[in-house]
Amino acid sequence: MVALKLSCEAWLVIFGGLLAVLLRASTGLHPYSGEATPPMYGDYEAQRHWMEITTNLDVTEWYHNTSHNDLQYWGLDYPPLTAYHMYACGSIAKFLNENYTKLHDSRGYESEGHKLFMRYSVLISDVLIFLPAIIIYYWLTVPDDKGKKKKKEQGIVPLGPSTSIVLALLYPGIILIDHGHFQYNCVSLGLAVLAVTALLCEKDIIASFLFCLALNYKQMELYHAPPFFFYLLSTCVPKPGQGTLSGLQKLSKIAATVIFTFTVIWLPFLFSINDVLQVLHRLFPVARGIFEDKVANIWCALNIFYKYREVENTKMVRACLTATVSALVPSSVDLFLRPNKKKFVLALINSSLAFFLFGYQVHEKSILLAAVPVLLYMPFDPIACFWFLCLTTFSMSPLLLKDRLTLAAFALKIFFMVSFKVSADHVQPQFSWAGYYRNLLRTLLNVEYNKTNAFNVITVTYDHFKKNSEAVIALALHVIMSISLTGGTLLSIASLILKPSERYPDLYPLLTSIYCAVHFVGFFVYFNIKQLNIPQQDEDVKNVKFDSS
Amino acid sequence: MIATVTILTSCVKLLLIPAYYSTDFEVHRNWLAVTHSLPIKKWYFDETSPWTLDYPPLFAWFEYLLSHVAPFFDKNMLDLHRLNYTSDNTVLFQRLSVIITDLIYSLGVYLCCSALKKSWKKDVVLPILLLANCGLIMVDHIHFQYNGMLYGILLISIAYMLQGKHILSAFWFTVLLNLKHIYIYMAPAYFVYLLRHYCLRGPLTLKTVTSKNTFKNLALLGSVVVSVFIATYLPFWDHLPQIVSRLFPFKRGLSHAYWAPNVWALYNTADKIALLAAKILNFNIGKSTTATMTGGLVQEYEHSILPSIHPIITILLTVIFTLPAMVKLFNLNRQPSNFLRCLVICALSSFLFGWHVHEKAILMAIIPLTILSIMETVDGKTFLFLSTVGHYSLFPLLFPPYLLLIKVLLLLLYTVYAFHSLYKMYPLAICRFSLPLLNPAESIYLLGLAAVFLYENVVHPALGLQNKFPFLPLMLTSAYCSLGVIYAWATYYVYFLKSDGVPTRLKNDKGNKTD
Repeated sequence: MVALKLSCEAWLVIFGGLLAVLLRASTGLHPYSGEATPPMYGDYEAQRHWMEITTNLDVTEWYHNTSHNDLQYWGLDYPPLTAYHMYACGSIAKFLNENYTKLHDSRGYESEGHKLFMRYSVLISDVLIFLPAIIIYYWLTVPDDKGKKKKKEQGIVPLGPSTSIVLALLYPGIILIDHGHFQYNCVSLGLAVLAVTALLCEKDIIASFLFCLALNYKQMELYHAPPFFFYLLSTCVPKPGQGTLSGLQKLSKIAATVIFTFTVIWLPFLFSINDVLQVLHRLFPVARGIFEDKVANIWCALNIFYKYREVENTKMVRACLTATVSALVPSSVDLFLRPNKKKFVLALINSSLAFFLFGYQVHEKSILLAAVPVLLYMPFDPIACFWFLCLTTFSMSPLLLKDRLTLAAFALKIFFMVSFKVSADHVQPQFSWAGYYRNLLRTLLNVEYNKTNAFNVITVTYDHFKKNSEAVIALALHVIMSISLTGGTLLSIASLILKPSERYPDLYPLLTSIYCAVHFVGFFVYFNIKQLNIPQQDEDVKNVKFDSS
Repeated sequence: MIATVTILTSCVKLLLIPAYYSTDFEVHRNWLAVTHSLPIKKWYFDETSPWTLDYPPLFAWFEYLLSHVAPFFDKNMLDLHRLNYTSDNTVLFQRLSVIITDLIYSLGVYLCCSALKKSWKKDVVLPILLLANCGLIMVDHIHFQYNGMLYGILLISIAYMLQGKHILSAFWFTVLLNLKHIYIYMAPAYFVYLLRHYCLRGPLTLKTVTSKNTFKNLALLGSVVVSVFIATYLPFWDHLPQIVSRLFPFKRGLSHAYWAPNVWALYNTADKIALLAAKILNFNIGKSTTATMTGGLVQEYEHSILPSIHPIITILLTVIFTLPAMVKLFNLNRQPSNFLRCLVICALSSFLFGWHVHEKAILMAIIPLTILSIMETVDGKTFLFLSTVGHYSLFPLLFPPYLLLIKVLLLLLYTVYAFHSLYKMYPLAICRFSLPLLNPAESIYLLGLAAVFLYENVVHPALGLQNKFPFLPLMLTSAYCSLGVIYAWATYYVYFLKSDGVPTRLKNDKGNKTD
């Protein structure tokens, strides 16, 4: 058959894709959030309820509290695109079985058939949007790892596009939240990835259109908005030799795209200012407090010393806003003043981490918004990204424990880690990880002691280490990473086996969130430094290829 | 590689823990309770549950061992009278016990791979093909059984045979026989091969046959086998007939609830068609015509038109079709690959003609064939063909709708990998207008499986025939698959009979010749 003439790389992607779908489908066998727990159930019921509301009520009623739409019971609090998606799914549900979406009566509806329908609806969205987005991103923007011998010798493993695709598709966080806990993050994240791809391929109009879609699916995509805004703005600044007009022209094109997209999506709500305000009010609920469960961010960590819940919400919002904006400044200003495509993905990481660490009303699931740009950056800095990704799944473990998804999380995490190890070995077949350490140690311990006397042993060693500073750093990085991951594993094992004392029932979630918060702050600094270290792109943008630094 | 693949597949198995399980789950839970709460004398007499102990004593001992770990999960599962007890922890424990005993399978794979000559084929391809076998995952980790462990012991026995350690091989095979007696179908191959190449070495002359060596080897081999049997059955000495009646229940029907794709599936189908024709032509048939074979519990079925089959006939047919292979094996040289091929043929012949065959038994042929698949083109080709058909024929076992996608993906991943890797291995095989290694007709047949699948899951329900002809898709599946299995068996049989000791790549070839 002709198909067999495909290259090994293509086959790898096919196997990876099938495997990813298999893992997603099998994760779907596990419980969802709020399974059989009346009266409020969980996110699964929220999505089902939105299908019920959107298919039965008039568009303008969706976001309003009416006799048919009790906003206290999982009122719609996502932007219109989610509502439309739920309308589409709801219509299919109605066609399959009327009981799935009957107004009022279908509350808390649970059955095997319904679970299957809901699981498939996520799986299909995932396969149609997130999976192709990931494949397109890596294929278009990641260079093949050929001709990079230098990097390999230093021990950094830049992954090839197909390996990265497979690893990105196996990332446990998204699988667990979407196919286990139950949400449709794959849609907005997939759209955002597509937008990033378009932007890196210099299709700015398409990029802004796609990002508007993402933003209108989940307002949490605002975490990614600053880099898009500043990068697109910087492209509108006329380059030397270009007229002022060309910049303005471009700016108006982008602005028109954004306004047009928003208008179309918000059309049903634009007839009355009240509707618009109501939707906006639903999207940004200030009254809910600074955080709900334990979240691995600054506020939750500082909460041990100072109870914020007593502070007024509006005051708190202001404080969060100030903190977030100041955290955003370095990467945003840098991106705007010294734009470079290599920086863009890093800026996305920095911006989403800034929001996550300092933002208001952050969910533990929001870490996915930081995890996705890290996935996109993985080919260029695999070890650090892998470390970060492991911690993101770890940070969600209290939530997963509540959803009875610990087993699935364990299996998926091990699968991801082993796959990463296999691909790292595959990239560097000449030495496995053990061999890699041996090499590092050999370089480091090869000190010429025969030329020394008892007095300058330390200085000679120091000089030797200084000469091989790269190896020292690499070794230190590996050791620290191993310790940190082991610590995380021990903590999660402890939370499963040891019961916390009655005085501190939330001990383990709190410990987990602090453990992760400390790491995330560290990563925030690390990725910021990484971004600031990349110089401005050459003036002739079009002739420079996107290349790892 | 073996460790990596083991971990990865174990992760998939862990994910499948909440999936559907069949009544075999309750069967094994009941055996845990029986062995835990009753004295040995009563194990084979207990009838509290309909799922009485019908595996040989070693398996009962295995359940007895497991029942000592079970209380750490849930004590209640060991209560004999809590029928159909399925707490979360019981499920977790039973599933985990399968996943962990699968390590024996990994050990078997490791031993087999190290017995073969070093090459990338056995370093990468063979471990993946053996460990990720989708049939085993479906049968053990969804449907629920302990086949992984049993095939592990079979692989250990095969590995020793490949290394020329005949006594150890015979020992492990006897252990296997005393764990699950279905492997008795493979015994003829073991018997003939060990007789010819362990007991009667060298050319067949009166001198060698009556030499001291022959008798010494025979005595050694016999004592090993007999002592394993004695060790197994000694505690049950006073009620052996009861055990035998449990182990060989000829009261069950010719075909299992769902027809395994063998000759009898075709026979049953022919009977159904004849019945239908008779109805249309308005012939008067004395017997009741409403019985459907493909529903629910194990039940007896009277054929309506064609004569009913007596167990003796199935045994006779099995023996008749196994004999030529035995004679051939006796006359072939001592290459272990010949033994393996004969093992596959034994398994397939008994699968095709046996009494009350389960569809799961097709794995008995597929797993040894996997080892052969990396040796010669024809072996590889037969493996691809038979594994695809055989694994597909397991689909009806996993009938809940939510497993549809999972079983398709499992089969697709495994089959695509098998075709891909074997195509790389035998790049010279012609495959311009067909699947790799196969000829166009075989390719069309395999693609026809997709059509059968579509008919069963899309066309049949869309036409609204589920209530009128509920058995039709199942019948179609088993009849279609049985054609493929029979074809694979016939071509492989001919290939084996024509072969003249094809050399295999074994580590200690030289060692064999000199000793």
